[in-house]
Amino acid sequence: MSTLTDSPEGTFRLSMLLNDRRYRSYTFQGIALVLLIAVVVYLANNVMTNLRDLGLNISYEFLGSPAGYDINQTLIDYSSQSTNLRAAFVGIINTLLVAVLACITATFFGVIAGVLRLSNNWLVRKLMAVYVEIFRNIPVLIWIIIIFTILTAVLPGSRAYLGETPDKDMLLGYFAFTNRGVYAPAPIWNAGSGVVVAVFVASIVGIFAYRRYARNLLYATGKLLPTGWPTLAILIVPVVLTFFIMGQPIGLDAPDPLANRFNLKGGIQIGAPLIALWLALSIYTGAFIAENVRAGIQAVSKGQTEAAAALGLRSGRIMNLVVLPQALRVIIPPLISNYLNITKNTSLAIAVGYADITATLGGITLNQTGRAIECVMLLMLFYLVISLGISMLMNVYNNAMKLKER
Amino acid sequence: MSDKRADSVAFVRETFLAEQPAPASATGVVKWLQDNLFPTWGNGLLTIVSLYVIYALVTSTAPWMFNGIWNTESLSECREILDGASAACFSVLTERWNQLLFGFKYPPSEYWRPTVAFVLMFAALAPVLFFDLPRKLLIITALFPFTAYWLIWGGTIFTPLVALLGVFAGYLVYARFVKGSFAMGFFGGVAAAFAVWIVGGMMIPEGANDAALLEAVPSRDLGGFMLNMMLGLTCVSLSVPIGIALALGRQSSLPLIKVICVVFIEFIRGVPLITLLFVANVMLAYFFPPGSGVDLFLRVVIMITMFSAAYIAEVIRGGLAALPKGQYEAADSLGLDYPQAMRLIILPQALKISIPGIVNVAVGLFKDTTLVSVISMFDLVGMIRGPILASTEWNGIYWELFMFASVLFFIVCYGISQYSQWLERRLATDHR
Repeated sequence: MSTLTDSPEGTFRLSMLLNDRRYRSYTFQGIALVLLIAVVVYLANNVMTNLRDLGLNISYEFLGSPAGYDINQTLIDYSSQSTNLRAAFVGIINTLLVAVLACITATFFGVIAGVLRLSNNWLVRKLMAVYVEIFRNIPVLIWIIIIFTILTAVLPGSRAYLGETPDKDMLLGYFAFTNRGVYAPAPIWNAGSGVVVAVFVASIVGIFAYRRYARNLLYATGKLLPTGWPTLAILIVPVVLTFFIMGQPIGLDAPDPLANRFNLKGGIQIGAPLIALWLALSIYTGAFIAENVRAGIQAVSKGQTEAAAALGLRSGRIMNLVVLPQALRVIIPPLISNYLNITKNTSLAIAVGYADITATLGGITLNQTGRAIECVMLLMLFYLVISLGISMLMNVYNNAMKLKER
Repeated sequence: MSDKRADSVAFVRETFLAEQPAPASATGVVKWLQDNLFPTWGNGLLTIVSLYVIYALVTSTAPWMFNGIWNTESLSECREILDGASAACFSVLTERWNQLLFGFKYPPSEYWRPTVAFVLMFAALAPVLFFDLPRKLLIITALFPFTAYWLIWGGTIFTPLVALLGVFAGYLVYARFVKGSFAMGFFGGVAAAFAVWIVGGMMIPEGANDAALLEAVPSRDLGGFMLNMMLGLTCVSLSVPIGIALALGRQSSLPLIKVICVVFIEFIRGVPLITLLFVANVMLAYFFPPGSGVDLFLRVVIMITMFSAAYIAEVIRGGLAALPKGQYEAADSLGLDYPQAMRLIILPQALKISIPGIVNVAVGLFKDTTLVSVISMFDLVGMIRGPILASTEWNGIYWELFMFASVLFFIVCYGISQYSQWLERRLATDHR
């Protein structure tokens, strides 16, 4: 090892490619590049040969041709005559729908279970520990299938709700729980409903304005205005007043048991696969979120709580003003990666026949057109865009929330 | 004080009172109940609600479970015995036990082979999981993959023997050259292993499978929980070294290698496992040379290994990043080159930090092996949803089967996570 004398400039010898740190990295990268190109060429060559032997080619024309299959749960117009591309869009929207729903409820379950796991009530603590351990340690696929089975095997057929004297009454006269899914009333927007909605939006803005005013008044003069009941009043009173003044423009279209002899008509039908997927993902991921929430709250040192108590804050305020802001910094990054997991796990919809992107583009379209490579590529592209998008947001958040240290 | 106490004070007790036990409300069960179940009104209400939930759960499931019937041939027979009463027909488990564990195509006369492999697995895992055992036992671990392969797939014994010889030759070459330079030892070892495999592969006689001691079983006949275990174990153990390599690559100062690793990791982590299984099912065959029929099991193993390697790489990267910079600098100042620094200083510490994360990935991966049922492989879930529920005898039975599957997965996953917590305590070298 001669560190005393560096080789003089300009005397490059071939052996330095291996022995000199300055050049060795180029050697390694050169080898890596050659290997990479070789592998890619080899694989591409294999694909080309295989496709030629089978008489196939890569083409995306199938996206424009009619799909030829029906989808039972769609949020946008779709018929079996629509294109495969349209079917894929239906799938994308369905994926996003169940992902968003599951994210919301999973957070709900997770926060409740996580806070209750820290409860000073022994029984509640143990019960929540059992919930977390059971749901974390059993595959989500099994949960999806179990819940789907409960829905389809235990709930009655829609026939039970039909006729003049049904076997079962609808809940509140509006909700019917059948083995095909839940029938719920759909809102009907008549003339004048826009005004009601506008008033609703305006009252929400009003609430924020009022709270801001109350806070500024408190800081400026020390006068404390009540916020609880005025908030409720501003939210409810104007909307109810306009609703009746405009002559009740918003109605409910309840599922009608008398429409025909075979099925309920009207209202919104939320299919059993959607409910199964939604519930299963929520409680499964909820168990993971519960652990994150617990870890986050425990990460705030006890001294913080005690210091806040010494300042004379009440326990609710300690939680809101001291513990939660610090805990959130720990909770949110894993929370977002749990959302990412939910989004990716929605692809299990194919196990219960919910028409998400994996079931439409990667399932029926793939099988009908035989365009395996194209379909799987598009499928991966979709999930990749979603995942990278979410993790980009996460990075932005992390940078914003980073403890500002020198 | 005056000499006569009785004069100065009206009354003075001259003896100690006997010690009294603490009041009943401040000790024992009562205090525990008060502190832990009924500290406040709201809390007491929670307790009562929880008690009711437990009561409802137990009363609804306990009779169903304990009155279960274990020895009938079909669901209709079981329902006849039950005569309208609500109880479980666990007889589906006893009657389909072998199918649930081994799949429906594995030859019944050969069930002992996976069972032996399963028992050997514990012997092989023990020295890896528990460091206190004698290191010599690692020989069993090293031999296990080849023995298990031979037991489960059967066929000629030459295949696993050649594979073992190749690994052995590779190890010898590696041990010979690694003192000089790690790269030389590593690549020399790999080259030697491949040489032995190719030469040995050509020397296996044609039709050796037909005359073999153990009947050859094709991979498409594997199934049941055995398939889950095999996929889980194979993919996790293969993906740890790949994950380490990817993590080091991602930390590397060579831009090209770093880019390759980042793209690979982010791509794999960005897509759901199911799409990767689709790739294995319908697409991966196109990437192999024409005519090489790589079977579905191998293709699935490749994809799942890539999947978990990417996740493990991220975990290990976290471990590498958590090491103080001084460790890297100390290794440099000792004059160690990159492979030495990594092997002797950095990785032992980084891996120790990463163990809980790696175990998490392993548990998640084991649960995810159920997804192969979607691409029509008959693992435990696939067996239940396919051949068993579709059979005329057991059509319409759900709870017993899914409960069984859940219990199996729960035992394994919970066991692994408890092990990881034990290991974490065991490896904790910081003084707290």
